[in-house]
Amino acid sequence: MIEGRIEKVAGPLVVASGMEEARMYDVVFVSEQRLIGEIIELKQGKASIQVYEETGGLGPGAPVYCAGEPLSVELGPGLLTSIYDGIQRPLDRVRELAGDWITRGINIPGLDHEKKWDLTPSIEQGAEARGGDELGQVQETELITHRVLVPPGLEGRLVKVAGRGAYTIDEVIAVLEDGAGNRHELRMFHRWPVRNPRPIREKLAPDRPLMTGQRVIDAFFPVGKGGTACVPGPFGSGKTVIQHQLAKWADAEIVVYVGCGERGNEMTDVLQEFPELEDPKSGKPLILRTVLVANTSNMPVAAREASVYTGITIAEYFRDMGYSVALMADSTSRWAEAMREMSGRLEEMPGEEGYPAYLGTRIAEFYERAGKVRCLGRENREGNLSVVGAVSPAGGDLSDPVVQATLRVVKVFWSLQAELAYARHFPAISWLQSYSLYTDNVREYLDEEVGKDWIPMRDRAMALLQEEANLQEIARLVGAESLSPRDQLTLYTARSLREDFLHQNAFHPDDTYTSFAKQKAMMRVIMQTHDEMTRGIDQGAAPRDLFELPFRDEVARMKYLPENRIGDLEELLERISGAISGAVESLETV
Amino acid sequence: MIREYTTTVEIAGPLMLIDRVKGVTYEELAEIELPSGEIRHGKVLEVNGDMALIQLFEGSRGTDIVASRVRFLGKGVELGVSEELLGRVLDGQGRPRRPFDNGPPIIPKKMVNINGAPMNPYARDYPSEFIQTGFSSIDGINTLVRGQKLPVFSGSGLPHSVVAAQIARQARVLGEGESFAVVFAAMGITFEEADYFVSDFRRTGAMDRAVVFMNLADDPAIERIATPRMALTAAEYLAYEKDMHILVILTDMTNYCDALREISAARKEVPGRRGYPGYLYTDLSTVYERAGRVKGRNGSITQIPILTMPEDDKTHPIPDLTGYITEGQLILSRELHKRGIYPPMDVMESLSRLKDKGIGEGKTRADHSDLFNQLMAAYSAGKNARELAVILGVAALSEMDRLYLEFAEEYEKRYISQGQNEDRSISETLDLGWELLKILPRSEMKRIRAENLDRYWPIPSAEERKD
Repeated sequence: MIEGRIEKVAGPLVVASGMEEARMYDVVFVSEQRLIGEIIELKQGKASIQVYEETGGLGPGAPVYCAGEPLSVELGPGLLTSIYDGIQRPLDRVRELAGDWITRGINIPGLDHEKKWDLTPSIEQGAEARGGDELGQVQETELITHRVLVPPGLEGRLVKVAGRGAYTIDEVIAVLEDGAGNRHELRMFHRWPVRNPRPIREKLAPDRPLMTGQRVIDAFFPVGKGGTACVPGPFGSGKTVIQHQLAKWADAEIVVYVGCGERGNEMTDVLQEFPELEDPKSGKPLILRTVLVANTSNMPVAAREASVYTGITIAEYFRDMGYSVALMADSTSRWAEAMREMSGRLEEMPGEEGYPAYLGTRIAEFYERAGKVRCLGRENREGNLSVVGAVSPAGGDLSDPVVQATLRVVKVFWSLQAELAYARHFPAISWLQSYSLYTDNVREYLDEEVGKDWIPMRDRAMALLQEEANLQEIARLVGAESLSPRDQLTLYTARSLREDFLHQNAFHPDDTYTSFAKQKAMMRVIMQTHDEMTRGIDQGAAPRDLFELPFRDEVARMKYLPENRIGDLEELLERISGAISGAVESLETV
Repeated sequence: MIREYTTTVEIAGPLMLIDRVKGVTYEELAEIELPSGEIRHGKVLEVNGDMALIQLFEGSRGTDIVASRVRFLGKGVELGVSEELLGRVLDGQGRPRRPFDNGPPIIPKKMVNINGAPMNPYARDYPSEFIQTGFSSIDGINTLVRGQKLPVFSGSGLPHSVVAAQIARQARVLGEGESFAVVFAAMGITFEEADYFVSDFRRTGAMDRAVVFMNLADDPAIERIATPRMALTAAEYLAYEKDMHILVILTDMTNYCDALREISAARKEVPGRRGYPGYLYTDLSTVYERAGRVKGRNGSITQIPILTMPEDDKTHPIPDLTGYITEGQLILSRELHKRGIYPPMDVMESLSRLKDKGIGEGKTRADHSDLFNQLMAAYSAGKNARELAVILGVAALSEMDRLYLEFAEEYEKRYISQGQNEDRSISETLDLGWELLKILPRSEMKRIRAENLDRYWPIPSAEERKD
């Protein structure tokens, strides 16, 4: 084992000498306390190490041991329902061992090595197998069947396969003999370096929307399954609530939530809420499909840098099993800041605002790990991994380097606006500035599943909202009453779209999640009202008389209608039609 | 064995570089003895081979290269804690601070490293117990809960000290006789401000259950970096080992950040925005995140950091990064202050993120959430009406707009505004909200559920109407 000596300590950066044979990004243990670190620079036998724990009390001369492998995570049954820190130490076990505060030098494996799992083998002895082939299945939680796969990179004949039974993840469940005659013992878990993307067979274009139950997202700015999105916004604009909502309601089979440099209480909120919330489809607790990675802002900064990689590697692993996976990273700005801090300590030449020049490359590499893919393995599975990153720009200014580097790679931009948040319009996603480049990809699916009338209706609604922005300028100058009746109607309908459709209350039990069917029904009510009123106005009705018809309150309460009563909206629509025609007829009789 | 070095090679600003040292560790505490016999303290910022870089808490004035003797003490910066801390006024390094405190040194029960360790997110308990501050603008609108960190964003010349002292005096949890204490850390504030707090605490008897750490404007600036950590270490001891509920007030965080910038500049680090170091966010979070509650422990730490926004600019790095870490913010408005409204709370821009779990049935009252929404909507409509009135004149407003305008005026005058010794109970606050809403027609109460509306604003019966 390579053993070096500490030369220099400056914050989370330690420089050690005698490291001639060490490799870049290898894990090292620093001092007798065995603090975990990673080599990030090698120079003339000296290694610069970012240490994932506090470095107070370290000094020159202390030993540094090289682990001989890059920073890796354990992948196998037991990941779901776990909460990890940035380097996959399970925080519940850490608490058992160290108490309520995280002390140093705790070294716990990511998975439980004692627990027995019931394995149902799905391959026979003597069969040829290669990386990605399914060896067997384990019911990991009530919701998720864990597929135990041959680790990527191996190929050969299975000379031994264990029978059906209960095994710990350390027990050998198969032996694979490769072409060179080497025997590889396979277990239910394997290790994978977090900075290396897991291999796939091929990438495919996302063609289905990730259904989130959030109306502004699903209707106007959908993200494809396997796509990427970002949510930049100033503090208080509701980034975290949106991320939580997606983690709760997105129709992914697995959710990985990375709390990167954010508030401790937010992670507690997730931890306390998810076991109680039910998945809308299965009715089972959401936590059964969730993996949490929590490296809160006060935890060591270097581990924060690693946390997004830990999260995405776990997400890729489930994708390889053929699942639809969604990863939420809150917030990628904190990850970028961790990079900036390490870069500064390495005395690298800074790029924009002190961020390292490779910021853009790192961000692009990270988001590129998302995608809809054909997985390795004979089963020809398709899996997808969607990534949604929150960005916290300084002062809410979108010219921030992290926002700009992110916008260059992601396909969906949900722009959060402080003005909307102040007006208590949530989610504060601006309908004028946001965009989605997946609208064409998912068109076919939507035409089929939601109906051919959905996209034209949605596009008309968006056009009205755009027109409203122009009209408001004029209305402010001359007063809304001076506008033409048609324009007044545009303002009326746009307001209804904003307040009754786009505005959504994340904390209301019936409003927090809206199915596509209900979204469509709601928008139909608004848009058909618009059409009927247009007809009425063309026949000479005064806009004000129509606007004051007594169904306004009912339209406002549409969002609170439970999912099983969508049919009521049909009735509402009939009553609205009746009321409008009534108003127009009374006009004629006069 | 403690070695003594006279091998100082460089002194620049608050930094001192010592050569040919052995066995020195990062973050170790150092003592520097000047030729005059005076002892200064410092902390190791970096060790590189046999060179150690020390940050001097009391500044470098009077130190010299040849004769200064440096000793490394083999431990980090520590605070001696015990229950005797209560009632004491200490300086930025935890020693009795004269002339405010002429008592003997504190005999510690144990020594604790002031950096603390990060709380395991898994061990946290979600804050959900309502704290009554006696301010309607906080209790009714931006409710504070136990374990929350809720900063006050202020500006120069605004009465944040008065507000903070009043919160410290009045804060309590309903219906419980649990022990409560205040830990107050002053960083770079003036003698007058500090004296205001101490005499206010003494006058109201709050001093017996307070610990004050004081680093005044003319005290060494670098000491400020340790001051909030001293205070939080004391708070953690009292909260988690002595089961007390602690309110920590830190003022003024802007001075703390400036001290951090001074060190960073002296070390010639690459500056981030406005010259503040790139790790300002991380550094602030190690202060703010020490608020909270722990599962299975009785005590709690609630933080109210106060900062003055340079030029009242909320996008300045200090308020900006603070807002990203804390659970909301209370913003003081210069406009309201000029109109004589105390506390000048800008309720629209203020926000308490943890409010929702701290209010409602069993915590405050069942109608609280609805009432909050309705008051906010009505005040917002009233402010819009006020803007319109400025452009078009009051006469051009519709009947309804005029009512909203009246509501906004009354709301500011009677709900937000209150006396410096006025301690409103939560039910007084809520009842006042209902009373003000009655300026408006009942049909405008769209955000209030029918059951609450009927209970607190019943439709008068025919007979009553006749009266």
